[in-house]
Amino acid sequence: MADFFHQNLSYFLSGISVGGQYALIAIGYTMVYGILRLINFAHGDVFMCAGLMMVYFSSSMPFVLSIPAVLILTVLLGFVIERVAYKPLRSAPRMSVMISAIGVSYLLQNAALYFTGGLAKVYPEIPVLSRSVQIWGASTRVVTLITPVLTVVLVVLLTLLIKHTKIGMAMRAVSRDFETSQLMGIKINRVISMTFMLGSLLAAIASFLYFTNYASVTPTSGSMPGLKAFVAAVFGGIGSIPGAVIGAFIIGICENIIKGGASIFGIPGSGWTTFSDAFTFAFLIIVLIVRPTGLFGEKSVDKV
Amino acid sequence: MFEISNLSVNYGGIEAVRDISFSVPDGSVVTLIGANGAGKSTTLRTIAGLVKPKAGKIMFNGEDITGKDPAYIVGKGITLVPEGRRIFPDLTVLENLKIGAYLRTGNIDEDIDWVYQLFPRLKERSWQFGGTLSGGEQQMLAVGRALMSRPKLIMMDEPSLGLAPLVVHDIFSIIRRINEEGVTILLIEQNANMALQVADTGYVMETGSIILSGRGSDLINDEGVRKAYLGG
Repeated sequence: MADFFHQNLSYFLSGISVGGQYALIAIGYTMVYGILRLINFAHGDVFMCAGLMMVYFSSSMPFVLSIPAVLILTVLLGFVIERVAYKPLRSAPRMSVMISAIGVSYLLQNAALYFTGGLAKVYPEIPVLSRSVQIWGASTRVVTLITPVLTVVLVVLLTLLIKHTKIGMAMRAVSRDFETSQLMGIKINRVISMTFMLGSLLAAIASFLYFTNYASVTPTSGSMPGLKAFVAAVFGGIGSIPGAVIGAFIIGICENIIKGGASIFGIPGSGWTTFSDAFTFAFLIIVLIVRPTGLFGEKSVDKV
Repeated sequence: MFEISNLSVNYGGIEAVRDISFSVPDGSVVTLIGANGAGKSTTLRTIAGLVKPKAGKIMFNGEDITGKDPAYIVGKGITLVPEGRRIFPDLTVLENLKIGAYLRTGNIDEDIDWVYQLFPRLKERSWQFGGTLSGGEQQMLAVGRALMSRPKLIMMDEPSLGLAPLVVHDIFSIIRRINEEGVTILLIEQNANMALQVADTGYVMETGSIILSGRGSDLINDEGVRKAYLGG
């Protein structure tokens, strides 16, 4: 048994790590859904933009400057997207906002295509993150070990923010009832902006971790992790932050176990990696059939 | 002094409020009564800033607050206790009170104590989720939440709706008590009898217009009002 874990340790490690990265992205989906009932299809592309910004900034400035710059500009991007593409549609049918989100997604992808010329851009090696380490005989990178820790820390901080601060309380109120929140004096547009900014911040942090592993950024780099994070959010029960985090870890781990299928299940073959993506989406279909509200889906405690 | 002049509001494609004028003197209880769809709720929602008026003027202590946004109006000291209570079900009782004081800076512990004193029931349930309270308790919480903003004028939209007669009685004695503490009250009710008993002044609304006004005690004895709203 110990031998088995030993041999396949790298798959488990990268499962946990990828899960953490999906979790950070998934929180952005689930928070925005919680407050606006909108699936922000542009979120994966915001993540990609953070990656691209890093590519460009790191070539002209040191990491101590480029990392904060990426964080700030990604937050700003999330803010601007909400103001320009979603806020004017506040009282429009939900479908219109969703179509607007798809539009923003394509806009970002095409803007990225324009800037990169469609070439894969090499992601810089962030010094600490990309150093390799040995644990228990498996060689891996620092990023793999840092990701789950950082994810958990950020999730705890976010939970504290939502549970114990004034803005967090306002977020919970707005996600429940726009009109009554306004009657309390809450400026709902501010709270919504804040939600998008937090989601974008976490996506930017995820982009450092994710692209350090994948080493290159293309205009469509955001769509696959974005989709998987979305699946994680749905699996966890969209609107629920703990749900999204747990869902993301489960998907990340399952995916990597399947990738290691040849050695874990002892069935040789080269198709395992390809199949791991199919697994995620097959999983989505099953979740939607068996338990459409997900693990921690919204339970209504309304009383009439 | 709170004063509305020639207010008209379109709502849901119809003219829900037509050219109404009335005033609420400081420290008084004023009630708007009338049947469903008479435009009472629309009037309150317009004052609170949730709905923009078509014409007319809303003045509060000499300031024109027509068409301002809800946060501004709350900041000026006007609060609405919405119809159906609209408690935040997944916030605790204490959080529901705290969010009522959202715009205030500084210490609110005293106000929480004051609300708990008015409604000891809420203190017992301070850690329960708002959604688990009974209808009457939710109404108390809605009133307490509104008081947390330290309003000068508190507007209540059908506070007795869907409550048992005994609970309605409690709610009205609370309304009196709040008024005695110096808060001006604008109340709308379908339970006209109760409303007119506590009110200094009453206005009767019908299809968007004010058709009658007078002292609460006079309206209770008015033949037309008795027939139309008091069941004989």
